[in-house]
Amino acid sequence: MNLNLLVILPFITSLIILLCKGLRPVRAVAVTGAALQGVLGFVLLYFYWKERASGNTALMLFEKDHSWYAPLHIHYHTGVDGISVAMILLTSFIVLAGVLVSWNMEKLSREFFFLLYLLSVGAYGFFISLDLFTLFFFLELAVIPKFLLIGIWGSGKKEYAAMKLALMLMAGSALVFVGLMGIYFHSNTGDGTHSFDLLRITQMHIPPATQKIFFPFAFIGFGVFAALFPFHTWVPDGHSSAPTAASMFLAGISMKLGGYGCLRVATFLMPDAAHYYSGIIVLLSAIAILYGAFATMMQTDLKYINAYSSISHCGFVLLGIGMLTKTAITGAVMQMVSHGLMTALFFACIGMIYDRTHTRMVEKLGGLLKMMPFISTAFVLVGLCSLGLPGLSGFVAEVTVFMGSWQHADGWYRLATIVACASIVVTAVYILRAVGQSVMGPAGNASFRTLTDARWNERLAIVILMVGIVAIGVAPFWLNDLIAPGAESIMRKVMSLTWR
Amino acid sequence: MSNDFFVLMKAELLVTILLFIILFLKIGNKKWENGSLLAVINSLLVINVAAGFFCNREGALFGGAFHTSPLIVLEKNMLSLGTLIISLQANHWLREHKHVSEFYMLLLSTLLGMFFMISGNNLLLFFVGLELSTIPLAALVNFDLEKRLSSEAAMKFILSSAFSSGLLLFGISMVYGTTGALDFVSIAQQLTGSPLQIFAFILLLAGFAFKISVVPFHLWTADVYEGAPVAVTSYLSVISKGAILFVFVPVLYNVFSSLDRTWYNMIFLLSVLTMVIGNLFALRQQNMKRFLAFSSIAQIGFILTGISGQSAAGSAAVIYFVLIYIFSNLGAFGVVALVSAVAGKENVDDYRGFYKTNPILSWVLAISLFSLAGIPPTAGFFGKFFLLMAGAGKGNYILITIAALNMVISLYYYLRIVKAMFMDEGGEPVAKIEPGIPSKMALAICMGGILVTGLASGAYQYIYSLIVGYGH
Repeated sequence: MNLNLLVILPFITSLIILLCKGLRPVRAVAVTGAALQGVLGFVLLYFYWKERASGNTALMLFEKDHSWYAPLHIHYHTGVDGISVAMILLTSFIVLAGVLVSWNMEKLSREFFFLLYLLSVGAYGFFISLDLFTLFFFLELAVIPKFLLIGIWGSGKKEYAAMKLALMLMAGSALVFVGLMGIYFHSNTGDGTHSFDLLRITQMHIPPATQKIFFPFAFIGFGVFAALFPFHTWVPDGHSSAPTAASMFLAGISMKLGGYGCLRVATFLMPDAAHYYSGIIVLLSAIAILYGAFATMMQTDLKYINAYSSISHCGFVLLGIGMLTKTAITGAVMQMVSHGLMTALFFACIGMIYDRTHTRMVEKLGGLLKMMPFISTAFVLVGLCSLGLPGLSGFVAEVTVFMGSWQHADGWYRLATIVACASIVVTAVYILRAVGQSVMGPAGNASFRTLTDARWNERLAIVILMVGIVAIGVAPFWLNDLIAPGAESIMRKVMSLTWR
Repeated sequence: MSNDFFVLMKAELLVTILLFIILFLKIGNKKWENGSLLAVINSLLVINVAAGFFCNREGALFGGAFHTSPLIVLEKNMLSLGTLIISLQANHWLREHKHVSEFYMLLLSTLLGMFFMISGNNLLLFFVGLELSTIPLAALVNFDLEKRLSSEAAMKFILSSAFSSGLLLFGISMVYGTTGALDFVSIAQQLTGSPLQIFAFILLLAGFAFKISVVPFHLWTADVYEGAPVAVTSYLSVISKGAILFVFVPVLYNVFSSLDRTWYNMIFLLSVLTMVIGNLFALRQQNMKRFLAFSSIAQIGFILTGISGQSAAGSAAVIYFVLIYIFSNLGAFGVVALVSAVAGKENVDDYRGFYKTNPILSWVLAISLFSLAGIPPTAGFFGKFFLLMAGAGKGNYILITIAALNMVISLYYYLRIVKAMFMDEGGEPVAKIEPGIPSKMALAICMGGILVTGLASGAYQYIYSLIVGYGH
């Protein structure tokens, strides 16, 4: 399996999109490309399983290493483990759904789909990179498309939101950059040179004192992407101003870049410092979980509700990482996948509701279940997933995080776990209220009676995301088996240290 | 020997020949149309660039005062390429101008001066080359003959240049007084780090800093950039700065290497000041040329960060960045020049809705700005990354953090232009612009350069191998 296909396919699709004229050919190309990506994602999963079943226990599979900038020891080095495969699958699901919900994007459709594809190139490249330079390259590649997507096709305070998002994410990557420099110049290959290679750096032991300096840079830098409190402020503005597909990409893929980076770069390469700072990480993520939940209670705009609840949900990811137990890290990755699917579906439903009713205000909506049963049902289901109903993905992921967190014996950590658990009650309050008010009860407006239900493309998008959510919720073991070895390798790294 | 002379000085000789050809065209009997004259000159410049790829070897002439190597030839060729791009972009403006041949004579004189400056292995030759490149530039700044602003800019330029040349000369004389030598090799051997030598070095540094507009020696930059014709502004910001940098780095690394502790701190301070102040002033500029002036000041701050690394990687990063900078800045200036020539507009607000009327030019400008801001996949990302990485090699992470955060500030003002073009509505957008074939060619070269030189590592590796092979 050649991993470069994952980057080359969306890139070529984006180039073909640029050559097309008019909405119809553009979206035809876009949906074909997205479908191919989905196929590619499953092919990767199949080969990954096959390889693992045949007894290959290497840390990373399908490795390819090309020298890129030889004098600076920069390589184009790719490879995947279970965590990356899960993230790649997630990305391909969201790309397909995002293209489907943007089916009638009349305004500058060519540019719109081009930028969506550029964003997905960045995401795929990020998840397969095993070289810090390449990883950083793809991380930054994904920033500007978001700026343009929000600024051109967004709504509300779109220019402000776009600028805020671009600058905050750029500041995040500036911090990541400093962290990378620290890792690079303190990696010692033995012959006096340095390395950007993730796998080689894990073999060398970076001195703990150095780790303590550079871990905060890397972790906070990636944390900005993953809505780490108090660097989360771009999330509500960015998500709510973005067009539907861009919101899905932002919450579903882009925030996961941050979580993945925190795990793969910061924690994996600097385990001593991760342990040293774990208290602060847990504290900040507990605040984010609680604060996000309470802030959501006050929101009346559906997109803001989902944006703030994303802060809360992404808090679980960072909480799991901060706990540094195998189960918690597995749970964190599961939460990334689950939240990605769930929030994308949430934004898709909100977009569909907004397209028809032209409002996102909860109090102005109502009774939508009668006119559009399909969308409303999906909306209710995804709400239930968000509050952690068993049988859906949210429950599985959050329970895993909680169980893993409880394994940490320290009292304060358990307190944080309890606080995080308690936030579920708050989640239930705002989700049930928002969902109940908007889809049940009497119609909010007489004109709502003429509204139509989802068209085929919207149904397909909903079904695709829903299949993922249910598949994880009902049969979580396949995802668990996929992620756990990767999480274990990170844990082995952490456990091997002297402090345990 | 005579053969050596022709091979080693081929770049200088070629430019001199071009100068004479243009002179003969001017004073000959035949009255040339501007269009055909420009076509002839541009093809001559293409030949000039192409010739740079042949017969490159190391050698010295005139008792070591003039030296050349494949690296130096590459640097000269980069400048020739930049000059060609600028000439193509100026086509639109020069077509209506009365003094086309004079423009090129002045332009090529400055280029010749820069070539001598880069090849100079001796403070005197360096200084003569520098003056040869500066004085015609002042005349070029004044080339919008009927505009008052242009004359004002020329006056400011000549005064500040004269002042900085004075500083340089003072420094040179003190270096000579304390070391008894003018050629670089002997100076390097004679330096002891005495206070007078450090003072001389500071004067030299100030002279250099003036020429590349390092804060606090930058005050002339914005006014001159604004007043000068766009073609000259781009020449000033890219070619003339690039040439000085090509000299500055080896002078620091080789000649003053024994004073490296002293100059490291100075460069550190100047770098931070230049980045921060350049960025802060760029935030609120309305005029595109002033804006690009301050952005170019900030870029110099990043370059100084790279220089502070004091390694082969630092030297390579600077040369590589200048190459990228030629493409990116000229891409931006190319669009600004077109809009200025066709619509007479130079303000940021005038670019509102530019995407609706000129989608391709908008993308060209946006990609150039992304490259200046250091966004992948453009070459600017690689250039900035390598500069900061070279700086980080010294272990000064305070500098790197400041530089990395400054990249965020700079992103804001580059995105401001992108926002105006793609998102802002209202006002009347600039009408559809039909760039001529020369402008299209120039912009295509810039775009190709921006998109290829980063993703394909060949250019950097070639520069690096030359530096390893032939010294900084």
